[in-house]
Amino acid sequence: MFEIHCPYCDEKRPEIEFAYAGEAHIVRPNAQDQGEMSDADWSQYMFIRDNVRGEHCERWWHQHGCNMFFNAVRHTVTDKFVMTYKMGKSRPTAKQIADAKK
Amino acid sequence: MKYSAVSLFANALSGHKNWPEQFPDKAPKKEYDVIIVGGGGHGLGAAYYLAKKHGITNVAVLEKGWIGGGNTGRNTTIIRSNYLFDESAGIYDHAVDLWDGLSQELNYNVMFSKRGVLMLAHNVHDVQSFQRHVHANRLNGVDNKWLTPQQCKDFLPILDISEDRRYPVMGGALQMRAGTARHDSVAWGYARAASKLGVDIIQNCKVTGIKRGADGAVEGVETEKGYIGAKKIGVSAAGNSSVLMEMAGLRFPLESYPLQALVSEPVKPVLNCVVMSNAVHAYISQSDKGELVIGAGTDQYTSYSQRGALHIIEHTLMSICEIFPIFKRQRMLRSWGGIVDVTPDRSPIVGKTPVPGLYVNCGWGTGGFKATPGAADMLAHTIAHDAPHKINAPFNLDRFVGGRLIDEAAAAAVAH
Repeated sequence: MFEIHCPYCDEKRPEIEFAYAGEAHIVRPNAQDQGEMSDADWSQYMFIRDNVRGEHCERWWHQHGCNMFFNAVRHTVTDKFVMTYKMGKSRPTAKQIADAKK
Repeated sequence: MKYSAVSLFANALSGHKNWPEQFPDKAPKKEYDVIIVGGGGHGLGAAYYLAKKHGITNVAVLEKGWIGGGNTGRNTTIIRSNYLFDESAGIYDHAVDLWDGLSQELNYNVMFSKRGVLMLAHNVHDVQSFQRHVHANRLNGVDNKWLTPQQCKDFLPILDISEDRRYPVMGGALQMRAGTARHDSVAWGYARAASKLGVDIIQNCKVTGIKRGADGAVEGVETEKGYIGAKKIGVSAAGNSSVLMEMAGLRFPLESYPLQALVSEPVKPVLNCVVMSNAVHAYISQSDKGELVIGAGTDQYTSYSQRGALHIIEHTLMSICEIFPIFKRQRMLRSWGGIVDVTPDRSPIVGKTPVPGLYVNCGWGTGGFKATPGAADMLAHTIAHDAPHKINAPFNLDRFVGGRLIDEAAAAAVAH
């Protein structure tokens, strides 16, 4: 079981308090654009995933804690969490990820 | 050599010390007609059917680890075809048809045991859903029948059907054509049969890149053992399919999750069929060695780690003890994980890709073992004809654009 740092509680809590919520930074097209979108673009948004073997940006939900969603960078081969950050922050750069590992 | 009672007896006389190797470990040639990436049952089977049915013998199977060391050796060996939709009935029942004669065809005992798969219904929704499956299966010519609680008990004597259980048994769907097989034998049997027909099986040979020409078509693969040319490449890499597709510049509707399984210490025969319970969330069978073989759902997060979390298998065992209190004091011997590639509709992708010469067999998720011969046959057909067979045509990549999903996710829930 992981210990996951919730950026809102600012505390490490056991994995069973959290629910995984899929790949992060997938932007839902706004309502007006949806009508104009091609099927291929909608498919990209709806179904296509990076499924990274390596450092993966993903959403977690502190379901049995503060109930907030946040983002995390986790290495999908070692399952090690590199960093967690609040919703609304942009995807971390390679440098930020490297710094977080130090 | 051909395996037979005579060869077994002859080798017994020399203490079983003179059996020849089952298939040679080859070094790669410079070029092949077809390269299959992934040396599991699906990939080896595809190579076998390419050679056997389509006469394409200049084939290499590239495996990054050892034969049968991936999901082929990590699953819970369940074979069944009682899926809801017509397309699924087509491909899974085709696989069961091939399972039927596989030991004879490969001259290798894959120990396919049609002991039956019993899916337990614990609530009204289960009853309605399973009966719908039974009817849909009957229309598709797929074996599956509905049992009352007493009939379930008659078939599976250790089942408690008393009505005061927290999850009472309200009936069950039984597929008698279904059962289990020896998973290692499937990989070894296909490998041996394929190499006999001229296929090169190359282990410890990880693919690191897919080379494409100016026209976009594939030209070969970069590997740990150097560059190997091929005009046709079939990818059958389960959990790592996304990684390989990315090498060809493709993004796929796949997510890779750990799926765990575990076995108990061996006991005398007690469980005569495979039992699944979607509502309580677990499934169980007993191997020929006597171990109880147990599994349930995937871990919650994507991963390539080939291991999962303890609390997931704890939950699985709680479910097993809920259904079968008789197993409460059973000790677990081993647990492990494999990485399964899951599609949004929980149905596989078998066919062509947007890249000319690149074919794929992926997305089998938590239930790929049962489909091994069928998927292999379909991948081989698609590669040989550069067009899908009518059985795998619906399992194309385009369905995620066009919307014609084969939504077994809603239909199958946990069971795979």
